[in-house]
Amino acid sequence: MSAPAYDIAIIGAGPAGMAAAHEAVNVGLKVVIIDEQAAPGGQIYRDVERVAMERRHDLDVLGADYKYGYGLVDGLQASSVTHLAGHTVWQIERNGTVWCSDGKIAKQVDAKRVLLATGAMERPVPVPGWTLPGVMTAGAAQILMKSAGMIPDGPIAICGSGPLLLLIADQLVRAGAKIAVVAETTSFTDYLRAAPHLLRALKGADYLRKGIAMRRRLKTSGVRIVSGISDLRITGSDKAEGVSYRVGGSVKSFAAETVLLHQGVVPNTQATRQLRLEHIWHEQQHYWYPKTGQNGSTEAEAIYIAGDGAGINGARAAEAAGRLTALEIACSLGKISRADFDLKSPPWFSELDHHQSVRPLLDAMFPPPKEILNPPDDATLVCRCEEITAGDVRKAAKLGAPGPNQLKAFLRAGMGPCQGRMCGLTVTEVLAAAHGKSPADIGAYRIRPPLKPLSLAELADMETGDGDVTLASPSSGP
Amino acid sequence: MPDQTAPGNFDVAVIGGGMIGPALSLGLLERNLKVCILDEGDDVLRVARGNFGLVWFQGKGFGMPRYVEWTRRSATLYPEFAAELKEHTGVDVGHANPGGLELLLGEEELAHRQRYIGQIYQQGGGKEYEVEFLDRKQVEEMLPGVGLGEDVVGASYSPIDGHVNPLFLLRAMHTRFQQAGGTYLPHHRVSEVRKNGGAYDVVTEKGIVSAAKVVIAAGHGLRELGPPLGLDIPIRPQRGHILVTERTKQILPMPISSFRQTVEGSIMLGVSAEEAGYDDTINTGTVAKIAERAARTIPALRHLNIVRTWAALRVLTPDKCPVYAESETHPGIYAVASHSGVTLAAVNAKVASGWIAGDPAPEQFDAFGVERFDAQKTA
Amino acid sequence: MLRRRHNDGKVVKITIDGEAVDARAGESVAAAVLAHASGATRTTPVSGAPRASYCMMGVCFECLMEIDGEPNRQGCMVRVEEGMSVRRQQGARDMERAS
Repeated sequence: MSAPAYDIAIIGAGPAGMAAAHEAVNVGLKVVIIDEQAAPGGQIYRDVERVAMERRHDLDVLGADYKYGYGLVDGLQASSVTHLAGHTVWQIERNGTVWCSDGKIAKQVDAKRVLLATGAMERPVPVPGWTLPGVMTAGAAQILMKSAGMIPDGPIAICGSGPLLLLIADQLVRAGAKIAVVAETTSFTDYLRAAPHLLRALKGADYLRKGIAMRRRLKTSGVRIVSGISDLRITGSDKAEGVSYRVGGSVKSFAAETVLLHQGVVPNTQATRQLRLEHIWHEQQHYWYPKTGQNGSTEAEAIYIAGDGAGINGARAAEAAGRLTALEIACSLGKISRADFDLKSPPWFSELDHHQSVRPLLDAMFPPPKEILNPPDDATLVCRCEEITAGDVRKAAKLGAPGPNQLKAFLRAGMGPCQGRMCGLTVTEVLAAAHGKSPADIGAYRIRPPLKPLSLAELADMETGDGDVTLASPSSGP
Repeated sequence: MPDQTAPGNFDVAVIGGGMIGPALSLGLLERNLKVCILDEGDDVLRVARGNFGLVWFQGKGFGMPRYVEWTRRSATLYPEFAAELKEHTGVDVGHANPGGLELLLGEEELAHRQRYIGQIYQQGGGKEYEVEFLDRKQVEEMLPGVGLGEDVVGASYSPIDGHVNPLFLLRAMHTRFQQAGGTYLPHHRVSEVRKNGGAYDVVTEKGIVSAAKVVIAAGHGLRELGPPLGLDIPIRPQRGHILVTERTKQILPMPISSFRQTVEGSIMLGVSAEEAGYDDTINTGTVAKIAERAARTIPALRHLNIVRTWAALRVLTPDKCPVYAESETHPGIYAVASHSGVTLAAVNAKVASGWIAGDPAPEQFDAFGVERFDAQKTA
Repeated sequence: MLRRRHNDGKVVKITIDGEAVDARAGESVAAAVLAHASGATRTTPVSGAPRASYCMMGVCFECLMEIDGEPNRQGCMVRVEEGMSVRRQQGARDMERAS
């Protein structure tokens, strides 16, 4: 076998991936960055270059934190990194082989190390009516502002919890959208629970200041903000027509053509699961994250992880982690010495510490509500693709399905095109509640390639080495 | 909740909750026996979930006419078995018996298949063997609207072949098992079976389960559990890969040995055979080969997206035929092993269960014992 | 239904279900379809339920559309191109390409 073509293959061109690429090139590593999007930036800095160059009016709406990403994108493009844009990774092997596709041809990329910088996705929010057209994640609305300068026409209900909720509401207001209500599931007790973390968070006081300013700005611009809501439902038959919820003992409803849901973000674990890495359950935020060792290393020698894919800490922390992981990889490949690492790493460690310090506060302030984790209404769809309800999952649990994989066999949940991305966490939670166990003991779907669908033609036309395999079943003959 | 600890004594403890254990258990429950199924946790080597879903006759039983008969018997019992499951559980396991094809690419494959099928026919003493060969035109008539690749020269066809949704079958059997009073015990991985007076103690991770009889239907688990109990059966894993496409409109009216369209519309593509020990990870080279052959056989498949691949480990005996054996050293302990758990589910439920309950063994079973492997060892 | 805050972008002419539509350069197909009409962008192959884009980042697979004859493509992951033909899907796809 010939030597791998690259020292590092970085999967994902968000903050962690871009920063890692930059750092790796600086120490002389040969880098390929593989990204699904047409332009670098990830979701957080999506299309920032085009906005900065061609759509400056949108830059004002999206704000300084978004604009900041332009520096990273610019740096990536000026570097010698091979950038495979518009390439979807569909399989990763523990030895560093990455299989990807540009939609027409499947390709094999060999690298000595793979750095997974696949980031986060919004937590699915299974409430009655969440599959109706007109219901989107709050992040989706933000992506539409970033990538297309579009905003929903007609009244919007923004429902859920998390720091991103108010940010997006604020951006939408500035963009001229009409907001019917911002309904937060967060309650006063959540704020109280967060109080002990305040001291540590003072290091990240800038985050808190921004949050408080945002809330004030929304209120003064006349946006109705309601806290402590529950029993959220989306009404409508062929598309969303409004929302209803319970607050302070009474039911309120609002008409809305667009409903934006958000309950924080969770690591995107498809790739780390496919690699069968060990995962840990985050008790407070109710998500899985892959176990990492020193500076993003994992139990697999060639595999590293940086950024929100390793646990949610936000874009700026991801960037610092990306740099540290790139240096760690350079060290493991003998490109720099440990002494070099110690020389280069301190600014990134302090950057990481600064941006991580607010996290315990945010985690305590915005716990995902129980009714989202384990939808109480049996009729609520859990698996959107195969149209499996919470009640179906509970019934299968009674039948003895001990975990998500047996459940998959019983119900086909998780077998549709999204491959369990939208139902994985919920299925684990519903089973855990039904069995009276912790989600940590219930486990998660096994994820198999392809990580995203690809055409049979692409697989058929691939050139792979001849293994010792026959295309035969035991009934085909000797 | 079924997750409780070692409740009392059973007439029969069945080790394994895959295709074979539940099927046998259903028959045992019909005889009013007290039955439990001991199963492992969620994320284990699940052969039963790696099924293609064929109820398949043609090509099985090379060198063993008894297996041909046994397979035919199961296929014959299937409609009744599936109907009963639906009646009791409401789960339609999607059984259909439209006949099945093995498509042959090139004259060499055709000649090879003809020789192989001919030998099975001869081995059966020239008695009835429901497999015939079709030329390309006949195949086209059977698969209207399916454009065949240029290399397809013909097919072997059997009217006995059919298919079923293996996942629904598993669910239906589990549902029926519990409905009929069976006790399902997941997270009860068995480490050992010990004699205790006239009965057996089955040692599990959750404690001891006592039973008069024990059936080992544990797939590869038999390799560990069997030998101390006089059931040293040389099964081995053989890795097979399956690819699944997105849902598409119904196009395949019957199963083809390496393609099957499910009632939901996805098309399953197989099949491969690889020696890989207990490694059930995906081999991309194998996936590519399956895809390449599929595209050669039905070119329109090229347009479909593959949403899932998986690999599972067949439970294979040296002669690829099943094992139904009672231990000589430990009477009342049975081993049942086969890579055809789906095909044999009906006959396992309806007939083989009776043998465990105490009926005389079906006449086929003298061929399915363990002695044949001793002969092979000394040969 | 979505609207563009500014209409000064470069026009890209596409068709949606045969109807001529002006999209803007850089937009995803899903965004262009959402700006064209409200309501479903497909119906499911399971029950025929109406669905539309949910995540806009390639995760949920709700925006599956037929793009230039090729069914089940993620509309949010494909940028509009001049002359592109987009169709909203009803139920399961056909095995053959539409064109």
